[in-house]
Amino acid sequence: MVKDREYLENKALYCLDLAKKLGATDISINVGNSVSETVNFRNKKLDESNRSDNLGIDITTFIGKKKSSISSSNLLKENLTILIEKCIETTKNTPEDEFNSLPDKDLLASEVRDLNLYDDDHIENDKKVEYLSRLEAAASKDKKIVNTESSFVEDKSNFILANSDGFCKGYKTSSFVASSVTVAKDDKSMERDYEYSRKCHLKDINNAEDLGKKAADLTLRKLSPKKIGSQKIAIIFDKRIAKGMLSTFASAISSSAISRGTSFLKAKINEKIFSETISIIDKPDIFKGLGSKSFDSEGVKSETLNLVEQGILKHYLIDTYNGKKLNLKSNGRCGGTTNLYFNNGETSFKDLLNSNSKCLYITETIGRGSNIVSGDYSVGATGFLVENGEFKHPINEITIAGNLKDMFQNLALANDLEFEYSTNSPTMMIEGMVVAGK
Amino acid sequence: MSNFFEKSDISRSEAENIVSNTLKKCDDGELYLENSKSETILLDDNKIKNSNYNSDLGFGFRAVSDEVVAYSHSNEISKNSLKQSSENLKSTLKSANGTYNYSIPKSNVKYYESINPLEEKTLNSKIDILNKVNDYLRKKDNCVKQVTSNFSGEQKSIEIIRSGGESLTDVRPLIRFNVSVMLEKNGRKETGVYGVGGRQSYDSYLKDDNWKNVCDEAFRIASVNLESKPAPAGEMKVVLGPGWPAILIHEAIGHGLEGDFNRKKTSAFHNLMGQKVASEGVTIVDDGTLDNRRGSLTIDDEGTPTEKTVLIENGILKNFMQDRLNARLMKTRSTGSGRRENYRHIVLPRMRNTMMLSGKQTQEEMIKSVDKGIFAVSFGGGQVDITSGKFVFNCTEAYEIINGKIGSPIKGATLIGDGPSILKEVSMVGNDMMLDPGIGTCGKAGQGVPVGVAQPSILINKMTVGGTSL
Repeated sequence: MVKDREYLENKALYCLDLAKKLGATDISINVGNSVSETVNFRNKKLDESNRSDNLGIDITTFIGKKKSSISSSNLLKENLTILIEKCIETTKNTPEDEFNSLPDKDLLASEVRDLNLYDDDHIENDKKVEYLSRLEAAASKDKKIVNTESSFVEDKSNFILANSDGFCKGYKTSSFVASSVTVAKDDKSMERDYEYSRKCHLKDINNAEDLGKKAADLTLRKLSPKKIGSQKIAIIFDKRIAKGMLSTFASAISSSAISRGTSFLKAKINEKIFSETISIIDKPDIFKGLGSKSFDSEGVKSETLNLVEQGILKHYLIDTYNGKKLNLKSNGRCGGTTNLYFNNGETSFKDLLNSNSKCLYITETIGRGSNIVSGDYSVGATGFLVENGEFKHPINEITIAGNLKDMFQNLALANDLEFEYSTNSPTMMIEGMVVAGK
Repeated sequence: MSNFFEKSDISRSEAENIVSNTLKKCDDGELYLENSKSETILLDDNKIKNSNYNSDLGFGFRAVSDEVVAYSHSNEISKNSLKQSSENLKSTLKSANGTYNYSIPKSNVKYYESINPLEEKTLNSKIDILNKVNDYLRKKDNCVKQVTSNFSGEQKSIEIIRSGGESLTDVRPLIRFNVSVMLEKNGRKETGVYGVGGRQSYDSYLKDDNWKNVCDEAFRIASVNLESKPAPAGEMKVVLGPGWPAILIHEAIGHGLEGDFNRKKTSAFHNLMGQKVASEGVTIVDDGTLDNRRGSLTIDDEGTPTEKTVLIENGILKNFMQDRLNARLMKTRSTGSGRRENYRHIVLPRMRNTMMLSGKQTQEEMIKSVDKGIFAVSFGGGQVDITSGKFVFNCTEAYEIINGKIGSPIKGATLIGDGPSILKEVSMVGNDMMLDPGIGTCGKAGQGVPVGVAQPSILINKMTVGGTSL
């Protein structure tokens, strides 16, 4: 069982007291525990079971404007004492930084929102095995499927965040993930694809048969891909790839990249960086939301932010340190976004496919090809050639490239948004990108 | 060496009994204990932004029966915790009916010393070097707009207790020193990154103001990129420089030769053993035995001494990299390639230092032979889809080649190729093999492990360059 609030709070308060006694002027502590149980299947047989019990503590001590931190998985009092002594000693020897501080007290969360993020249901490993058997039976129906690997993960976590300004809050969360990776083979090629379902609550997990069949279908349609010639062509990004564009956007508007001057979106507040049809929202209080939070990793209350309105950038993602540097207040985004999404566009998926006589539909990209300093973008890709709205044949071994500044301006969205992940996008189209192939 | 039972309510012999009892009817398995201490000291934006110390303690208990692995890990080395793990393993492997394999090869050779790099240098002297780095770079040129530099160091002590009480231990130091610099000129911003590291003390890499060389190299890469023009798009010849560009070998070939993917037949190489997979003259080894290298290990994470494994010899596929599980199932022996990020993870067959050995040609000959192509000198990350065999990597320093001469630098582009066929396209192998500076981390199944790579200059006849210029 995951450690209860009392255990975590006792550890946090012990460290808080000790650090104060040893001379810390401000202290922030996070104590967490997560217990997860995983069952993996391969080719319709049990492959691995894994139980994981993770304890951890992070302590940051300040002496005036000096700051240092320690972390440990060994929560025995004796060890914590040694570590805190070490942390205080290091703090004393670390140079001052005028922007170091705990968050402003008036920004701290005053309550934990009831967002239904914890499900006490427990699924026994035998039941996981039963689910995975059904999943893999459905996934391997077609003879061309030559390998299946599936897993079911159950995870329960609890944490307490405490600081020397009296903040002491935490809550439990749970997550259940069922996933399947299938490999298909024909005489010309071998291809792999996947599908997964991740939910806060056990009963919301997708049906095993549907999930297995989806993974297999996605894989089978990739068989016998062709390479195409280099050209300028409209690119349609499948939802699971399109959300990556949002993550790139989020890293480019993080206050750390902005204050360091290492983002192509520096000083673009109130400027039009997308077309006027585009709005981007970060909403922390979605019921059962995979990115939902009551407060950020410093304890600052997170409210909904309309990051982009009608194409215009309205907010950065701000934490305390970089906020002070930029002379802005933290907006509760230390540690990043919460539930981040594009609002729906006005076009249907079908109309988007038909908007050009020829386009590429991309289902997977590989490589870390986004440079947020220069905005240059270049990744390896696989997908399909689409002609007059019809999927013609799979393609691979190509790259797609452009610059994020232009790509954002040219970005158009379908109206098929769903909340499957913590970051979500409708199907996306970007015109004017360059494909390198044959 | 850590004594893992000193402060625990369980004695070593009690723990040994639980291990032997749990693994009785299993084919393999062990209790893996780990105590690691690590630090990061970061200078960024003119300030010491972070000084972090981490101490991590825990165990991972593994039982293997036929193809099935049961694993349980925890941070609490206690009677209760170990017993609970034992129960978990037993309940998964209820029907286990194997014979435990006690044999494990022995060696007394060590490839690094049991030092603690964290304690060899005071905090103040590390801060001092970081400040010097910052001043040095900012004074070097007024287009320097941002400097980030960090020390990270680790000492990891491990013990493996096998059924019957056999114990294997290792103490592994690892350090890395990194510099990143951003330049801005005429509204353009470009970054250059360089680092050094390995399994020795910080001073082995930084003495005699060697940190200046690291700064100069980061600055040089950023300056080159400031002058870069859009990269070409399409298939063309590619000359790779020596050293770090060998991550191409790592991505394109290395992952596909790991035992697990081949046992499961999901690697594009699984049915190619003994066949020609590369041009003549191409020999690739994976070597865990180089002194003090980032990817070297005295023993792997199952206790097997590491070795130099020949993967491809003169173009012919000779061996896969194996851990104990995959070796047993494929009826071969472990190559000492069983690795894990830490006690939270199961062992997988992984690379160590992957190297293409030198041939006879010179880099000059290669460049001269190319009418239109690119010369790639340094890379950021790479990635592979081992099933389709397609791999990518991102250039961080590259130039166009026109009519046998090196031309303008080109913007960071992704190169994409096909693993099983790329080595057949190698038409020249240079005589200038070089090791990388000790900076690689390889990711697989959510686990990162330190690795090394090496290669001479090579000429590849045909690769797709992912630029924007048609």
